[in-house]
Amino acid sequence: MATRKKRRTVGLSDSLTVKRSQSDSPTVRLSDHRVIGRALRKIDATAKVTGATIFADDLFFPRMLYAKLLRSPHPHAKILRVDVAKAARLAGVRAVLTGKDLPIPFGILPVSQDEHALAPDKVRFVGDPVAAVAATSEDVATAALDLITVEYEPLRPVPDAEDAVAHPEPRIHDYGDGGNLHKLIHLEFGDVETGFAAADLVREDLFFYEGSTHLPMEQHAAVAQWSADRKLTVWSSTQTPHYVHRALAKVLELPPARIRVIATPNGGGFGGKSDPFSHEIVVAKLAMVTGRPVKITLTREEVFYCHRGRHPTLMWIKTGVTKDGAITAMHFKSLLDGGGYGSYGVASTYYTGALQTVTYPVARYKFQGARAFTNKPPCGPKRGHGTPQPRYALEVHLDKLAEQLGADPAELRLKHLVPPNSLTANYLRVGSMGLGACLEKVVAGSEWKRKFRKLPPGKGVGLACSSYICGAGLPIYWNNMPHSGVQLKCDRGGGVTVFCGSTEIGQGSDSILAYIVAEVLGLDPFEIAVVTADTDLTPVDLGSYSSRVTLMTGNAAIQAAERAKEILAGHAARKLEIPATRVVFAGGRVFDAEDPKHGMAFAEAVQVAEAAQGTIGTVGSYTPPRSAAKYRGGGVGPSPAYSYSAAVAEVDVDPDTGIVTVPRIWIAHDIGQSINAAAVMGQVEGSVYMGLGEALMEEMAYRGNRNVVHKIPSLLEYKSPTTLEMCDVVTYLVEDPDPSGPFGAKEVGQGPLLPVPPAIANAVYDAVGVRVDEVPITPEKVLKALKKKTKGEEGRVGPTRFPDIPWPEPIRVPPPWEGGDGGAVPVAAAALERQH
Amino acid sequence: MPDPKATISFELNGEPATLAFAPHKTLLEVLREDAGLTGTKHGCELGECGTCTVLLDGTPVLSCLLLGLACAGHRVTTVEGMAAGGRLHPLQDAFAELGAAQCGYCTPAFLLAAQALLAVEPRPSRAAIKQALAGNLCRCTGYLKIYEAVELAAARLRGEDATPARETLYGHA
Repeated sequence: MATRKKRRTVGLSDSLTVKRSQSDSPTVRLSDHRVIGRALRKIDATAKVTGATIFADDLFFPRMLYAKLLRSPHPHAKILRVDVAKAARLAGVRAVLTGKDLPIPFGILPVSQDEHALAPDKVRFVGDPVAAVAATSEDVATAALDLITVEYEPLRPVPDAEDAVAHPEPRIHDYGDGGNLHKLIHLEFGDVETGFAAADLVREDLFFYEGSTHLPMEQHAAVAQWSADRKLTVWSSTQTPHYVHRALAKVLELPPARIRVIATPNGGGFGGKSDPFSHEIVVAKLAMVTGRPVKITLTREEVFYCHRGRHPTLMWIKTGVTKDGAITAMHFKSLLDGGGYGSYGVASTYYTGALQTVTYPVARYKFQGARAFTNKPPCGPKRGHGTPQPRYALEVHLDKLAEQLGADPAELRLKHLVPPNSLTANYLRVGSMGLGACLEKVVAGSEWKRKFRKLPPGKGVGLACSSYICGAGLPIYWNNMPHSGVQLKCDRGGGVTVFCGSTEIGQGSDSILAYIVAEVLGLDPFEIAVVTADTDLTPVDLGSYSSRVTLMTGNAAIQAAERAKEILAGHAARKLEIPATRVVFAGGRVFDAEDPKHGMAFAEAVQVAEAAQGTIGTVGSYTPPRSAAKYRGGGVGPSPAYSYSAAVAEVDVDPDTGIVTVPRIWIAHDIGQSINAAAVMGQVEGSVYMGLGEALMEEMAYRGNRNVVHKIPSLLEYKSPTTLEMCDVVTYLVEDPDPSGPFGAKEVGQGPLLPVPPAIANAVYDAVGVRVDEVPITPEKVLKALKKKTKGEEGRVGPTRFPDIPWPEPIRVPPPWEGGDGGAVPVAAAALERQH
Repeated sequence: MPDPKATISFELNGEPATLAFAPHKTLLEVLREDAGLTGTKHGCELGECGTCTVLLDGTPVLSCLLLGLACAGHRVTTVEGMAAGGRLHPLQDAFAELGAAQCGYCTPAFLLAAQALLAVEPRPSRAAIKQALAGNLCRCTGYLKIYEAVELAAARLRGEDATPARETLYGHA
């Protein structure tokens, strides 16, 4: 019944009704669009609610074998000997692999090709894969693992980043920026000391943001098939089939044209399925060795070892402000605990220093970032990639600054917003900027002014803002090709098929393609066929990461659809004997704008065009604009557009137990323009949920003194919010279309997570007057801070020092207002400048 | 040597079924591997996440903790059994309509847990919905659209002509 209702709303005449009935809304403008901005079902919604969606683990093939990985029990050890003879002889075992079978290293970033599918000579964390078995059943494969003998020579493990700074030996990797430091960054945009000297108030703070993991409900799975004509097909729950394609070609030494990677719909990703993984390469190799399909599905415990989640990050921030709160200079230091491998870590490290400048103007800015190798599962990109940590630090720091200045934290922020269409100190080009509107929404909605510093003890409100990129401006590997490609085929029956390499991870990327093409061609989005994430069939899209998909695939889809429209309009115009400029596409018809009855069905327009010029197909592609940042390291941060969010959290803190509960969060998100409002709402609410978990309970905790074993690799013990912890969310969508986005759209998948942890931390302070300067804000920490306050000490729990790190000489880039051109000052000139 | 198989008869999604499988298999494995019903998902195999929830005689159970053998003579309902005659169950319809299914992996379990709730409580409070779904984890939605979908479906099952609130779909003004 509702299906019928929903279908009905797609038609042209209905859209006019909807437009009328909703024209009173100030935040949602359905304006001229028939599809864009409407709350529609996703095109795969029916499959999702009937269990018909086929995830990787749902694939079963005749004669399929099952693979298992033997993982290291040591956090750091040399592999002296691996004996697989017994395992290979077990009935049902078809193949056993060790490191020597897959000697070529790989990694997501060209600068960190430091992983092996199976460790050849050294293991770097408990859970590092060492050997693999394919057998006729999962039970046999598991039994075979027990028959493999590995002789290790344990090395001193590095349990955390500060330990890595203090212990350069033994090195975990033989590359990087010295000892166990993987990456050191030092960037300076103007002389911060001058800025601090000009400030009325200078403040320093230390913060720690604990690591957390994505915890997708779907465990990673992959299936590989090797055909007798030497073609490899790999189905995988990956967010980045293109990068998996490249890694497979490299490690297996196969021509890419012989490899087909199909990303199955991901049962949740959140960044955790963005790296090429050991298990994907291993099943491919096992399929090649055995000639049979091979499947691997990780156990939940193994998913914790795959990780690539939030980097535990220690941060130091120093900011100078004038009396009215203008930032004269900011100096930010971060130390990231990277785990055992590079993953996206170099980018993550840059991201901890990149986006501080896009919310409030920072006149001079200095960033020092370090990533350490440690003997734990590798960290990487989790929702917000490297930016939730500094955002938490910055927004709590600002709360403290506002208090010292005697200013309302909302007003302080409102007074100092980065103007739209401007360039930041680190050369990020801001387009549309809706943060002011976001702040006004949550301040009014939450009754901030009535509550802030005025609620009874134990109750508090806190506020924070944030921004996030709408796609990384540069690809993972250097090339000058488009980041997203779309092909579009018009069938003479009136059907339209969109082909795109983008990957559906639950965020709705398949639907976005259908809505956009339907909008341009005046069709019903549920009649658009969408083929995605298949390297044989679809043009490259770089993947579902960095909140890039709607903006980039959307723009590519618009281009492909507009090109098809132009072809069809030309032929239809001739047939209708009207100028092409008068041809309108709407309601499944192609007609004369001045006489709507004079027209034809869309299918007929395709037939006319096909008869005249042959098969109708078009392509579209998208490449982000060139960045204004020309300095080394300037590749991380630039984006075609930035989304903005503001949040107010209300908390109850029990002073006896230290338990923090969050009844409600008000959040406003500057989406530019919703493509599907309901999907946007879902992303906002899901982001708030994940931010709530990180703020209060989620942590990747290890026993540092006991072999660096993960304390809690299970869904029960790794605390994540259930229905009983999730708060109410009052959401406001602010629509301020950005010229770079498709129909003005910006991202929503990641940004709304960012203000949540600092808003909660600030609310805890408002409630009980103590600062917990590290997340998660657990009851123990709250109690500890309260106890200290009672004793007359500073009511604060958090880090107390930032270690000495051998920073390199800074790359000096004068900000735009000091005559800079986006490039670094040559070293000699910089040294001279420093002397004066 | 092939595993000796046990054979059981039970009611599966309203139809009689007889299946032969290795006796140590869980209901989750039997459903996915022997009945070909992959709508029921693995999440942890330890009874921690609720993702494998099915209905046993109308009551939600964790199929990863239940032996297939234990289902002999019982009634098992999976997500594949919810839609009837090519029409979605009102819960499925409401989940689709509101975007309560994002990645869709936990969705079958939530649908069945909600169906069991509505069978005994046609007008559940928000608190009752939270309680009934507290054993199911979802990482995408923050649960809110799920609550709203359950409430919408409940209203429609009661025969009310319910439509989603504007704030649910478009946010607050």
